[in-house]
Amino acid sequence: MRQRLTSGATPYLLVLPMLLAIVVVLGYPIVNLVELSLQQYGLFQLINHHGIYIGLVNFSTIFGDSVFWHTLIRTVLFTAANVGLTMGLGMLLALLLERVSLAVRLLLTVALVLVWSTPPVVGVEIWQWMTNVQNGVLNYALTQLHLGNFIQHNWYTTTVSQYAMVTSLLVWGALPFVVITTYAALSQVPSELVEAAQLDGASAPRVFTAVTLPVIRPVLLILTSLSIIWDFGVFTQPFLLIGPDQQNPSNYLMSIYLYVEGYGQTNFGLGAAISIVMLAIVAVLSVFYVRAMVRVGDE
Amino acid sequence: MSRKRSTRTGWNIVGVGVFLVMVFPVYWMISTAFKSDSQINSYTPSWLPTQFTLQHFRTVMNTPGFWSDVTNSLIVVLVTVVIAVGLSFFAAVALARYRFGGRKLVIVLVIGIQMLPQTGLLIPLFVLLARYHEVGTLSGLVLVYLTFALPFCVWTLRGFMIAIPRELEEAAMVDGASRLGAFVRILLPLIAPGLVATSVYTFITSWNEYLFANTLLRTGHHYTITLWLSDLTGGQRAIDWGAVMAASTLISIPVVVFFLLVQRRIAYGLTAGAVKA
Repeated sequence: MRQRLTSGATPYLLVLPMLLAIVVVLGYPIVNLVELSLQQYGLFQLINHHGIYIGLVNFSTIFGDSVFWHTLIRTVLFTAANVGLTMGLGMLLALLLERVSLAVRLLLTVALVLVWSTPPVVGVEIWQWMTNVQNGVLNYALTQLHLGNFIQHNWYTTTVSQYAMVTSLLVWGALPFVVITTYAALSQVPSELVEAAQLDGASAPRVFTAVTLPVIRPVLLILTSLSIIWDFGVFTQPFLLIGPDQQNPSNYLMSIYLYVEGYGQTNFGLGAAISIVMLAIVAVLSVFYVRAMVRVGDE
Repeated sequence: MSRKRSTRTGWNIVGVGVFLVMVFPVYWMISTAFKSDSQINSYTPSWLPTQFTLQHFRTVMNTPGFWSDVTNSLIVVLVTVVIAVGLSFFAAVALARYRFGGRKLVIVLVIGIQMLPQTGLLIPLFVLLARYHEVGTLSGLVLVYLTFALPFCVWTLRGFMIAIPRELEEAAMVDGASRLGAFVRILLPLIAPGLVATSVYTFITSWNEYLFANTLLRTGHHYTITLWLSDLTGGQRAIDWGAVMAASTLISIPVVVFFLLVQRRIAYGLTAGAVKA
Protein backbone atom coordinates (compact mmCIF):
# COMPACT_ATOMS: atom_id res chain seq x y z
CA MET A 1 0.00 0.00 0.00
CA ARG A 2 2.72 2.43 1.00
CA GLN A 3 4.49 1.61 -2.25
CA ARG A 4 1.52 2.74 -4.31
CA LEU A 5 1.37 6.00 -2.44
CA THR A 6 5.01 6.93 -2.86
CA SER A 7 5.78 6.29 -6.51
CA GLY A 8 4.50 6.71 -10.01
CA ALA A 9 3.64 9.58 -12.29
CA THR A 10 0.36 10.44 -10.55
CA PRO A 11 1.70 13.25 -8.31
CA TYR A 12 3.36 14.92 -11.28
CA LEU A 13 0.15 14.76 -13.30
CA LEU A 14 -1.72 16.29 -10.37
CA VAL A 15 0.74 19.14 -9.87
CA LEU A 16 1.29 19.82 -13.56
CA PRO A 17 -1.78 21.96 -14.39
CA MET A 18 -1.16 24.23 -11.40
CA LEU A 19 2.56 24.50 -12.18
CA LEU A 20 1.83 25.31 -15.81
CA ALA A 21 -0.56 28.03 -14.72
CA ILE A 22 2.03 29.43 -12.31
CA VAL A 23 4.70 29.40 -15.00
CA VAL A 24 2.42 31.27 -17.38
CA VAL A 25 1.05 33.85 -14.95
CA LEU A 26 4.20 34.20 -12.85
CA GLY A 27 7.32 32.68 -14.39
CA TYR A 28 6.91 34.62 -17.61
CA PRO A 29 6.38 37.98 -15.84
CA ILE A 30 9.45 37.39 -13.65
CA VAL A 31 11.68 36.70 -16.65
CA ASN A 32 10.13 39.75 -18.27
CA LEU A 33 10.84 41.80 -15.14
CA VAL A 34 14.56 41.03 -15.32
CA GLU A 35 14.62 41.81 -19.06
CA LEU A 36 12.77 45.10 -18.60
CA SER A 37 15.09 46.24 -15.83
CA LEU A 38 18.00 46.10 -18.29
CA GLN A 39 16.15 48.03 -20.98
CA GLN A 40 15.00 51.45 -21.81
CA TYR A 41 11.30 50.74 -22.10
CA GLY A 42 8.87 53.63 -22.35
CA LEU A 43 5.56 54.25 -24.09
CA PHE A 44 7.18 54.07 -27.53
CA GLN A 45 8.73 50.69 -26.75
CA LEU A 46 5.44 49.50 -25.26
CA ILE A 47 3.67 50.17 -28.56
CA ASN A 48 6.41 48.51 -30.61
CA HIS A 49 6.84 45.66 -28.11
CA HIS A 50 10.57 46.14 -28.27
CA GLY A 51 12.95 47.56 -25.65
CA ILE A 52 16.50 48.85 -26.04
CA TYR A 53 19.12 47.13 -23.89
CA ILE A 54 21.05 49.64 -21.80
CA GLY A 55 22.76 47.38 -19.26
CA LEU A 56 22.58 48.46 -15.62
CA VAL A 57 21.77 52.11 -16.31
CA ASN A 58 18.35 51.83 -14.61
CA PHE A 59 19.93 50.50 -11.44
CA SER A 60 22.60 53.19 -11.33
CA THR A 61 19.87 55.79 -11.90
CA ILE A 62 17.99 54.51 -8.85
CA PHE A 63 21.00 54.24 -6.58
CA GLY A 64 22.12 57.70 -7.62
CA ASP A 65 18.68 59.16 -6.91
CA SER A 66 18.30 60.71 -3.45
CA VAL A 67 14.52 60.21 -3.73
CA PHE A 68 15.10 56.44 -3.70
CA TRP A 69 17.19 56.57 -0.51
CA HIS A 70 14.76 58.89 1.24
CA THR A 71 11.89 56.65 0.20
CA LEU A 72 13.72 53.58 1.48
CA ILE A 73 14.37 55.20 4.89
CA ARG A 74 10.76 56.44 5.08
CA THR A 75 9.42 52.99 4.21
CA VAL A 76 11.63 51.29 6.82
CA LEU A 77 10.52 53.75 9.54
CA PHE A 78 6.90 53.41 8.45
CA THR A 79 7.14 49.61 8.55
CA ALA A 80 8.82 49.65 11.97
CA ALA A 81 6.13 51.91 13.42
CA ASN A 82 3.28 49.88 11.95
CA VAL A 83 4.65 46.48 12.90
CA GLY A 84 5.61 47.68 16.39
CA LEU A 85 2.14 49.09 17.03
CA THR A 86 0.33 46.14 15.47
CA MET A 87 2.27 43.51 17.39
CA GLY A 88 2.39 45.45 20.68
CA LEU A 89 -1.30 46.31 20.73
CA GLY A 90 -2.19 42.89 19.33
CA MET A 91 -0.34 41.14 22.14
CA LEU A 92 -2.00 43.36 24.78
CA LEU A 93 -5.47 42.79 23.34
CA ALA A 94 -4.94 39.02 23.19
CA LEU A 95 -3.97 39.04 26.89
CA LEU A 96 -7.00 41.21 27.60
CA LEU A 97 -9.27 38.70 25.82
CA GLU A 98 -8.07 36.05 28.28
CA ARG A 99 -8.95 38.19 31.29
CA VAL A 100 -12.46 39.46 30.45
CA SER A 101 -15.74 37.69 31.09
CA LEU A 102 -17.37 35.53 28.44
CA ALA A 103 -19.87 38.23 27.42
CA VAL A 104 -17.20 40.90 26.90
CA ARG A 105 -15.02 38.41 25.02
CA LEU A 106 -17.91 37.70 22.67
CA LEU A 107 -18.46 41.43 22.17
CA LEU A 108 -14.77 41.96 21.36
CA THR A 109 -14.72 39.01 18.97
CA VAL A 110 -17.68 40.45 17.07
CA ALA A 111 -15.86 43.80 16.74
CA LEU A 112 -12.65 42.10 15.59
CA VAL A 113 -14.41 40.03 12.94
CA LEU A 114 -16.32 43.08 11.67
CA VAL A 115 -13.10 45.08 11.36
CA TRP A 116 -11.25 42.17 9.79
CA SER A 117 -13.87 41.78 7.09
CA THR A 118 -13.99 45.46 6.14
CA PRO A 119 -12.61 45.78 2.59
CA PRO A 120 -9.46 47.99 2.47
CA VAL A 121 -11.02 50.50 0.06
CA VAL A 122 -14.06 50.79 2.33
CA GLY A 123 -11.71 51.38 5.28
CA VAL A 124 -10.15 54.25 3.33
CA GLU A 125 -13.57 55.78 2.63
CA ILE A 126 -14.52 55.58 6.33
CA TRP A 127 -11.23 57.21 7.37
CA GLN A 128 -11.68 59.99 4.81
CA TRP A 129 -15.13 60.67 6.18
CA MET A 130 -14.07 60.56 9.84
CA THR A 131 -11.03 62.80 9.30
CA ASN A 132 -12.44 65.23 6.76
CA VAL A 133 -11.65 68.93 7.25
CA GLN A 134 -15.15 70.46 7.41
CA ASN A 135 -17.11 68.18 9.71
CA GLY A 136 -15.12 65.02 10.42
CA VAL A 137 -16.03 63.34 13.67
CA LEU A 138 -12.36 63.14 14.72
CA ASN A 139 -11.90 66.91 14.78
CA TYR A 140 -15.19 67.30 16.64
CA ALA A 141 -14.35 64.65 19.26
CA LEU A 142 -10.82 65.95 19.89
CA THR A 143 -12.15 69.49 20.35
CA GLN A 144 -14.94 68.32 22.67
CA LEU A 145 -12.39 66.40 24.76
CA HIS A 146 -10.48 69.71 25.19
CA LEU A 147 -7.37 68.29 23.56
CA GLY A 148 -7.00 71.50 21.58
CA ASN A 149 -8.82 73.36 18.87
CA PHE A 150 -9.17 70.97 15.95
CA ILE A 151 -12.03 72.74 14.18
CA GLN A 152 -11.29 72.69 10.42
CA HIS A 153 -7.99 70.94 11.12
CA ASN A 154 -6.52 69.34 7.98
CA TRP A 155 -4.77 66.05 8.76
CA TYR A 156 -3.27 65.74 5.29
CA THR A 157 -0.96 68.76 5.10
CA THR A 158 2.27 67.30 6.49
CA THR A 159 3.89 63.93 5.72
CA VAL A 160 4.02 62.92 9.39
CA SER A 161 0.34 63.73 9.90
CA GLN A 162 -0.61 61.94 6.65
CA TYR A 163 1.18 58.83 7.79
CA ALA A 164 -0.30 59.03 11.29
CA MET A 165 -3.69 58.66 9.58
CA VAL A 166 -2.47 55.84 7.30
CA THR A 167 -0.92 54.03 10.26
CA SER A 168 -4.08 54.29 12.36
CA LEU A 169 -6.07 52.80 9.48
CA LEU A 170 -3.57 50.00 8.83
CA VAL A 171 -3.13 49.05 12.51
CA TRP A 172 -6.90 49.08 13.01
CA GLY A 173 -7.30 46.77 10.03
CA ALA A 174 -4.40 44.47 10.93
CA LEU A 175 -5.18 44.00 14.64
CA PRO A 176 -7.98 41.40 14.32
CA PHE A 177 -5.80 38.80 12.60
CA VAL A 178 -2.96 39.32 15.09
CA VAL A 179 -5.22 39.31 18.15
CA ILE A 180 -7.26 36.28 17.18
CA THR A 181 -4.20 34.24 16.20
CA THR A 182 -2.26 35.21 19.34
CA TYR A 183 -5.29 34.45 21.50
CA ALA A 184 -5.54 31.00 19.91
CA ALA A 185 -1.84 30.46 20.68
CA LEU A 186 -2.31 31.62 24.29
CA SER A 187 -4.98 28.97 24.78
CA GLN A 188 -2.26 26.37 24.05
CA VAL A 189 -0.33 27.41 27.17
CA PRO A 190 -0.85 24.63 29.75
CA SER A 191 -2.74 26.09 32.71
CA GLU A 192 -1.01 23.62 35.13
CA LEU A 193 2.32 25.24 34.30
CA VAL A 194 0.98 28.74 34.91
CA GLU A 195 -0.60 27.68 38.22
CA ALA A 196 2.54 25.86 39.34
CA ALA A 197 4.64 28.95 38.61
CA GLN A 198 2.16 31.12 40.53
CA LEU A 199 2.22 28.73 43.49
CA ASP A 200 6.00 28.95 43.49
CA GLY A 201 5.55 32.68 43.98
CA ALA A 202 6.47 33.91 40.48
CA SER A 203 5.23 37.43 39.68
CA ALA A 204 2.86 37.99 36.77
CA PRO A 205 5.55 39.39 34.40
CA ARG A 206 7.84 36.49 35.35
CA VAL A 207 5.11 33.91 34.60
CA PHE A 208 4.58 35.62 31.26
CA THR A 209 8.25 35.61 30.19
CA ALA A 210 9.11 32.17 31.59
CA VAL A 211 5.99 30.15 30.81
CA THR A 212 3.69 31.90 28.33
CA LEU A 213 6.17 33.52 25.95
CA PRO A 214 8.15 30.38 25.02
CA VAL A 215 4.92 28.62 23.99
CA ILE A 216 3.58 31.43 21.78
CA ARG A 217 6.98 32.54 20.44
CA PRO A 218 6.73 30.69 17.08
CA VAL A 219 3.33 32.26 16.39
CA LEU A 220 4.58 35.73 17.33
CA LEU A 221 7.59 35.34 15.03
CA ILE A 222 5.41 34.30 12.09
CA LEU A 223 2.95 37.14 12.73
CA THR A 224 5.79 39.65 12.97
CA SER A 225 7.41 38.55 9.72
CA LEU A 226 4.06 38.51 7.91
CA SER A 227 3.35 42.04 9.21
CA ILE A 228 6.77 43.29 8.10
CA ILE A 229 6.27 41.90 4.60
CA TRP A 230 2.73 43.28 4.29
CA ASP A 231 3.52 46.74 5.65
CA PHE A 232 6.71 47.11 3.60
CA GLY A 233 4.79 46.56 0.35
CA VAL A 234 1.49 48.24 1.25
CA PHE A 235 -0.07 50.32 -1.53
CA THR A 236 -3.85 50.73 -1.53
CA GLN A 237 -4.36 52.49 1.82
CA PRO A 238 -1.57 55.12 1.62
CA PHE A 239 -2.26 55.71 -2.08
CA LEU A 240 -5.99 56.31 -1.65
CA LEU A 241 -6.09 57.89 1.80
CA ILE A 242 -3.43 60.50 1.08
CA GLY A 243 -4.88 60.78 -2.43
CA PRO A 244 -3.64 59.69 -5.88
CA ASP A 245 -2.89 63.31 -6.82
CA GLN A 246 -1.14 64.09 -3.52
CA GLN A 247 1.69 61.58 -4.01
CA ASN A 248 5.07 63.29 -4.38
CA PRO A 249 8.74 62.63 -3.61
CA SER A 250 8.33 64.05 -0.10
CA ASN A 251 5.85 61.36 0.98
CA TYR A 252 6.54 58.30 -1.23
CA LEU A 253 6.51 54.81 0.16
CA MET A 254 8.45 52.20 -1.82
CA SER A 255 5.42 50.73 -3.61
CA ILE A 256 4.12 54.19 -4.51
CA TYR A 257 7.55 55.35 -5.72
CA LEU A 258 7.57 52.29 -7.95
CA TYR A 259 4.03 52.95 -9.18
CA VAL A 260 4.59 56.63 -9.97
CA GLU A 261 8.09 56.31 -11.49
CA GLY A 262 7.34 53.13 -13.45
CA TYR A 263 3.69 53.12 -14.40
CA GLY A 264 2.75 56.78 -13.91
CA GLN A 265 5.74 58.17 -15.88
CA THR A 266 5.56 55.18 -18.30
CA ASN A 267 9.22 54.45 -17.61
CA PHE A 268 8.72 50.70 -17.36
CA GLY A 269 12.43 49.83 -17.46
CA LEU A 270 13.17 52.00 -14.44
CA GLY A 271 10.04 50.69 -12.70
CA ALA A 272 11.22 47.12 -13.27
CA ALA A 273 14.59 47.93 -11.70
CA ILE A 274 12.87 49.46 -8.64
CA SER A 275 10.67 46.33 -8.44
CA ILE A 276 13.73 44.08 -8.38
CA VAL A 277 15.32 46.10 -5.57
CA MET A 278 12.06 45.95 -3.62
CA LEU A 279 11.57 42.22 -4.21
CA ALA A 280 15.15 41.58 -3.07
CA ILE A 281 14.55 43.45 0.19
CA VAL A 282 11.31 41.55 0.83
CA ALA A 283 12.97 38.24 -0.04
CA VAL A 284 15.55 38.85 2.69
CA LEU A 285 12.81 39.86 5.13
CA SER A 286 10.69 36.79 4.42
CA VAL A 287 13.39 34.13 4.67
CA PHE A 288 12.34 33.33 8.22
CA TYR A 289 8.66 32.94 7.38
CA VAL A 290 9.29 30.84 4.27
CA ARG A 291 11.70 28.56 6.15
CA ALA A 292 9.24 28.04 8.99
CA MET A 293 6.41 27.26 6.58
CA VAL A 294 8.51 24.93 4.41
CA ARG A 295 9.39 22.97 7.56
CA VAL A 296 5.65 22.65 8.25
CA GLY A 297 4.94 21.63 4.67
CA ASP A 298 7.68 19.05 4.55
CA GLU A 299 6.37 17.04 7.49
CA MET B 1 -11.72 36.69 46.35
CA SER B 2 -13.35 40.12 46.18
CA ARG B 3 -10.03 41.58 44.99
CA LYS B 4 -10.06 39.04 42.16
CA ARG B 5 -13.62 39.97 41.23
CA SER B 6 -12.83 43.67 41.14
CA THR B 7 -9.80 43.05 38.87
CA ARG B 8 -12.10 41.12 36.53
CA THR B 9 -14.52 44.07 36.51
CA GLY B 10 -11.61 46.39 35.71
CA TRP B 11 -10.57 44.25 32.74
CA ASN B 12 -14.20 44.12 31.56
CA ILE B 13 -14.37 47.92 31.54
CA VAL B 14 -11.14 48.10 29.52
CA GLY B 15 -12.57 45.44 27.21
CA VAL B 16 -15.77 47.41 26.57
CA GLY B 17 -13.65 50.52 25.91
CA VAL B 18 -11.56 48.64 23.32
CA PHE B 19 -14.76 47.29 21.78
CA LEU B 20 -16.14 50.82 21.35
CA VAL B 21 -12.94 52.13 19.72
CA MET B 22 -12.58 49.16 17.36
CA VAL B 23 -16.21 49.05 16.26
CA PHE B 24 -16.74 52.81 15.99
CA PRO B 25 -15.54 53.27 12.37
CA VAL B 26 -17.88 50.49 11.20
CA TYR B 27 -20.73 51.96 13.24
CA TRP B 28 -20.00 55.42 11.83
CA MET B 29 -20.20 54.08 8.28
CA ILE B 30 -23.54 52.32 8.81
CA SER B 31 -25.16 55.11 10.83
CA THR B 32 -24.06 57.77 8.32
CA ALA B 33 -25.59 55.70 5.54
CA PHE B 34 -29.01 56.05 7.22
CA LYS B 35 -28.76 59.73 8.24
CA SER B 36 -30.40 62.60 6.43
CA ASP B 37 -28.18 65.03 4.51
CA SER B 38 -28.82 67.78 7.04
CA GLN B 39 -27.63 65.51 9.85
CA ILE B 40 -24.54 64.47 7.85
CA ASN B 41 -23.51 67.95 6.80
CA SER B 42 -24.06 69.55 10.19
CA TYR B 43 -20.91 70.81 11.95
CA THR B 44 -22.04 69.04 15.10
CA PRO B 45 -22.17 65.30 14.33
CA SER B 46 -25.17 63.39 15.64
CA TRP B 47 -24.36 60.02 17.18
CA LEU B 48 -27.63 58.39 16.13
CA PRO B 49 -29.50 58.50 12.79
CA THR B 50 -32.54 60.21 14.30
CA GLN B 51 -33.78 61.28 10.86
CA PHE B 52 -33.68 57.76 9.46
CA THR B 53 -33.68 57.58 5.65
CA LEU B 54 -33.04 55.06 2.86
CA GLN B 55 -32.44 57.86 0.36
CA HIS B 56 -28.66 57.26 0.09
CA PHE B 57 -29.11 53.60 -0.78
CA ARG B 58 -31.56 54.63 -3.49
CA THR B 59 -29.04 57.18 -4.81
CA VAL B 60 -26.30 54.53 -5.00
CA MET B 61 -28.44 51.95 -6.74
CA ASN B 62 -29.61 54.51 -9.29
CA THR B 63 -26.11 55.77 -10.04
CA PRO B 64 -25.11 54.87 -13.58
CA GLY B 65 -22.38 52.26 -13.50
CA PHE B 66 -23.04 50.82 -10.06
CA TRP B 67 -24.78 47.64 -11.18
CA SER B 68 -22.59 47.11 -14.24
CA ASP B 69 -19.45 47.43 -12.09
CA VAL B 70 -20.88 45.03 -9.51
CA THR B 71 -21.48 42.62 -12.39
CA ASN B 72 -17.91 43.08 -13.67
CA SER B 73 -16.55 42.37 -10.20
CA LEU B 74 -18.71 39.26 -9.88
CA ILE B 75 -17.58 37.92 -13.27
CA VAL B 76 -13.88 38.43 -12.48
CA VAL B 77 -14.21 37.01 -8.98
CA LEU B 78 -16.22 33.91 -9.93
CA VAL B 79 -13.98 32.96 -12.86
CA THR B 80 -10.89 33.43 -10.67
CA VAL B 81 -12.35 31.27 -7.90
CA VAL B 82 -13.37 28.41 -10.22
CA ILE B 83 -10.01 28.24 -12.02
CA ALA B 84 -7.86 28.77 -8.93
CA VAL B 85 -9.65 26.29 -6.68
CA GLY B 86 -10.00 23.72 -9.48
CA LEU B 87 -6.30 23.69 -10.37
CA SER B 88 -5.13 23.95 -6.75
CA PHE B 89 -7.21 21.04 -5.61
CA PHE B 90 -5.21 18.52 -7.63
CA ALA B 91 -1.90 20.09 -6.70
CA ALA B 92 -2.89 19.99 -3.04
CA VAL B 93 -3.75 16.27 -3.32
CA ALA B 94 -0.28 15.64 -4.70
CA LEU B 95 1.48 17.67 -1.98
CA ALA B 96 -0.54 16.15 0.85
CA ARG B 97 -0.70 12.54 -0.27
CA TYR B 98 2.47 11.77 -2.22
CA ARG B 99 6.21 12.03 -1.72
CA PHE B 100 7.86 12.83 -5.03
CA GLY B 101 11.05 14.38 -6.33
CA GLY B 102 10.73 18.16 -6.55
CA ARG B 103 8.01 18.22 -3.89
CA LYS B 104 10.03 20.50 -1.69
CA LEU B 105 10.72 22.84 -4.61
CA VAL B 106 6.99 23.13 -5.29
CA ILE B 107 6.39 23.95 -1.61
CA VAL B 108 9.10 26.64 -1.60
CA LEU B 109 7.63 28.08 -4.80
CA VAL B 110 4.09 28.12 -3.44
CA ILE B 111 5.05 29.79 -0.15
CA GLY B 112 7.63 32.12 -1.68
CA ILE B 113 5.20 33.55 -4.25
CA GLN B 114 2.72 34.43 -1.53
CA MET B 115 5.36 36.64 0.02
CA LEU B 116 6.04 38.69 -3.12
CA PRO B 117 4.61 42.18 -2.76
CA GLN B 118 2.00 42.52 -5.50
CA THR B 119 3.31 45.94 -6.49
CA GLY B 120 6.60 44.27 -7.43
CA LEU B 121 4.93 42.47 -10.33
CA LEU B 122 2.84 45.41 -11.48
CA ILE B 123 5.26 46.58 -14.20
CA PRO B 124 5.99 43.23 -15.92
CA LEU B 125 2.35 42.11 -15.73
CA PHE B 126 1.23 45.40 -17.25
CA VAL B 127 3.81 45.21 -20.06
CA LEU B 128 2.95 41.57 -20.82
CA LEU B 129 -0.79 42.16 -20.87
CA ALA B 130 -0.22 45.20 -23.10
CA ARG B 131 1.73 42.97 -25.50
CA TYR B 132 -1.26 40.64 -25.84
CA HIS B 133 -3.82 43.48 -25.89
CA GLU B 134 -5.30 42.37 -22.57
CA VAL B 135 -5.04 45.74 -20.82
CA GLY B 136 -8.52 47.06 -20.12
CA THR B 137 -10.13 43.63 -20.32
CA LEU B 138 -11.65 41.54 -17.55
CA SER B 139 -9.84 38.41 -18.76
CA GLY B 140 -6.49 40.16 -18.24
CA LEU B 141 -7.51 40.98 -14.69
CA VAL B 142 -8.45 37.33 -14.07
CA LEU B 143 -4.97 36.23 -15.19
CA VAL B 144 -3.39 38.64 -12.71
CA TYR B 145 -5.62 37.53 -9.85
CA LEU B 146 -4.72 33.90 -10.55
CA THR B 147 -1.06 34.75 -9.90
CA PHE B 148 -1.86 35.53 -6.31
CA ALA B 149 -4.81 33.19 -5.74
CA LEU B 150 -3.18 29.95 -6.89
CA PRO B 151 -0.38 29.71 -4.30
CA PHE B 152 -2.73 30.58 -1.47
CA CYS B 153 -5.31 28.01 -2.57
CA VAL B 154 -2.75 25.23 -2.94
CA TRP B 155 -1.27 25.89 0.47
CA THR B 156 -4.58 26.15 2.32
CA LEU B 157 -6.14 23.11 0.67
CA ARG B 158 -3.01 21.10 1.44
CA GLY B 159 -3.51 21.97 5.11
CA PHE B 160 -7.10 20.71 5.06
CA MET B 161 -6.12 17.53 3.26
CA ILE B 162 -3.36 16.66 5.71
CA ALA B 163 -5.92 16.79 8.53
CA ILE B 164 -7.83 13.90 6.92
CA PRO B 165 -6.36 10.57 8.00
CA ARG B 166 -4.81 8.70 5.09
CA GLU B 167 -6.06 5.47 6.66
CA LEU B 168 -9.64 6.33 5.68
CA GLU B 169 -8.84 6.12 1.98
CA GLU B 170 -6.62 3.10 2.47
CA ALA B 171 -9.38 1.28 4.32
CA ALA B 172 -11.80 1.97 1.48
CA MET B 173 -9.25 0.65 -1.01
CA VAL B 174 -8.68 -2.50 1.05
CA ASP B 175 -12.45 -2.97 0.99
CA GLY B 176 -12.25 -3.08 -2.81
CA ALA B 177 -12.80 0.52 -3.83
CA SER B 178 -10.59 1.85 -6.61
CA ARG B 179 -8.26 4.78 -5.87
CA LEU B 180 -10.68 7.06 -7.70
CA GLY B 181 -13.66 5.53 -5.89
CA ALA B 182 -12.00 6.03 -2.51
CA PHE B 183 -11.20 9.56 -3.54
CA VAL B 184 -14.70 10.49 -4.64
CA ARG B 185 -16.58 8.75 -1.83
CA ILE B 186 -14.26 9.33 1.13
CA LEU B 187 -11.94 12.25 0.47
CA LEU B 188 -14.26 14.61 -1.41
CA PRO B 189 -16.99 14.91 1.25
CA LEU B 190 -14.36 15.42 3.94
CA ILE B 191 -12.50 18.10 2.00
CA ALA B 192 -15.69 19.98 1.05
CA PRO B 193 -15.44 22.47 3.98
CA GLY B 194 -11.85 23.19 2.92
CA LEU B 195 -12.96 23.85 -0.66
CA VAL B 196 -15.66 26.21 0.60
CA ALA B 197 -13.23 28.10 2.86
CA THR B 198 -10.62 28.47 0.12
CA SER B 199 -13.19 29.59 -2.46
CA VAL B 200 -14.67 32.15 -0.11
CA TYR B 201 -11.30 33.59 0.82
CA THR B 202 -10.30 33.87 -2.85
CA PHE B 203 -13.67 35.51 -3.51
CA ILE B 204 -13.05 38.11 -0.80
CA THR B 205 -9.48 39.01 -1.80
CA SER B 206 -10.43 39.40 -5.48
CA TRP B 207 -13.58 41.38 -4.63
CA ASN B 208 -11.48 43.75 -2.48
CA GLU B 209 -8.56 44.15 -4.90
CA TYR B 210 -7.73 47.70 -5.97
CA LEU B 211 -4.15 48.07 -7.25
CA PHE B 212 -4.34 45.92 -10.38
CA ALA B 213 -7.90 46.90 -11.22
CA ASN B 214 -6.77 50.54 -11.08
CA THR B 215 -3.72 49.91 -13.26
CA LEU B 216 -5.27 47.59 -15.83
CA LEU B 217 -8.87 48.73 -16.26
CA ARG B 218 -8.52 52.53 -16.43
CA THR B 219 -8.07 52.49 -20.21
CA GLY B 220 -10.99 50.14 -20.86
CA HIS B 221 -14.76 50.33 -20.49
CA HIS B 222 -15.10 47.86 -17.61
CA TYR B 223 -14.53 48.98 -14.03
CA THR B 224 -14.74 46.88 -10.89
CA ILE B 225 -16.64 47.89 -7.79
CA THR B 226 -13.54 49.00 -5.84
CA LEU B 227 -12.66 51.43 -8.65
CA TRP B 228 -16.21 52.70 -8.69
CA LEU B 229 -16.16 53.26 -4.92
CA SER B 230 -12.76 54.99 -4.79
CA ASP B 231 -13.84 57.33 -7.61
CA LEU B 232 -16.73 58.61 -5.49
CA THR B 233 -14.30 60.58 -3.31
CA GLY B 234 -11.54 61.05 -5.89
CA GLY B 235 -12.96 63.98 -7.85
CA GLN B 236 -13.00 67.71 -7.21
CA ARG B 237 -16.78 67.86 -6.74
CA ALA B 238 -18.40 68.13 -3.31
CA ILE B 239 -18.56 64.64 -1.82
CA ASP B 240 -21.96 63.08 -1.09
CA TRP B 241 -20.89 61.35 2.14
CA GLY B 242 -24.27 59.70 2.66
CA ALA B 243 -23.99 57.96 -0.69
CA VAL B 244 -20.33 57.05 -0.12
CA MET B 245 -21.16 55.41 3.22
CA ALA B 246 -24.25 53.66 1.81
CA ALA B 247 -22.15 52.29 -1.06
CA SER B 248 -19.40 51.23 1.38
CA THR B 249 -21.99 49.39 3.45
CA LEU B 250 -23.44 47.64 0.40
CA ILE B 251 -20.01 46.57 -0.86
CA SER B 252 -19.01 45.24 2.57
CA ILE B 253 -22.12 43.11 3.10
CA PRO B 254 -21.14 40.12 0.92
CA VAL B 255 -17.63 40.18 2.40
CA VAL B 256 -18.85 40.21 6.00
CA VAL B 257 -21.35 37.43 5.41
CA PHE B 258 -18.81 35.20 3.67
CA PHE B 259 -16.09 36.07 6.11
CA LEU B 260 -18.17 34.96 9.09
CA LEU B 261 -18.39 31.52 7.48
CA VAL B 262 -14.67 30.92 7.13
CA GLN B 263 -12.78 33.22 9.49
CA ARG B 264 -11.67 30.48 11.89
CA ARG B 265 -10.32 28.22 9.18
CA ILE B 266 -8.37 30.98 7.44
CA ALA B 267 -6.65 32.22 10.59
CA TYR B 268 -5.53 28.64 11.09
CA GLY B 269 -4.36 28.27 7.49
CA LEU B 270 -1.97 31.24 7.58
CA THR B 271 -0.07 30.02 10.62
CA ALA B 272 -0.77 26.30 10.30
CA GLY B 273 1.43 24.06 12.38
CA ALA B 274 3.27 26.83 14.19
CA VAL B 275 1.64 25.67 17.40
CA LYS B 276 1.31 21.98 18.00
CA ALA B 277 -1.88 21.10 19.84
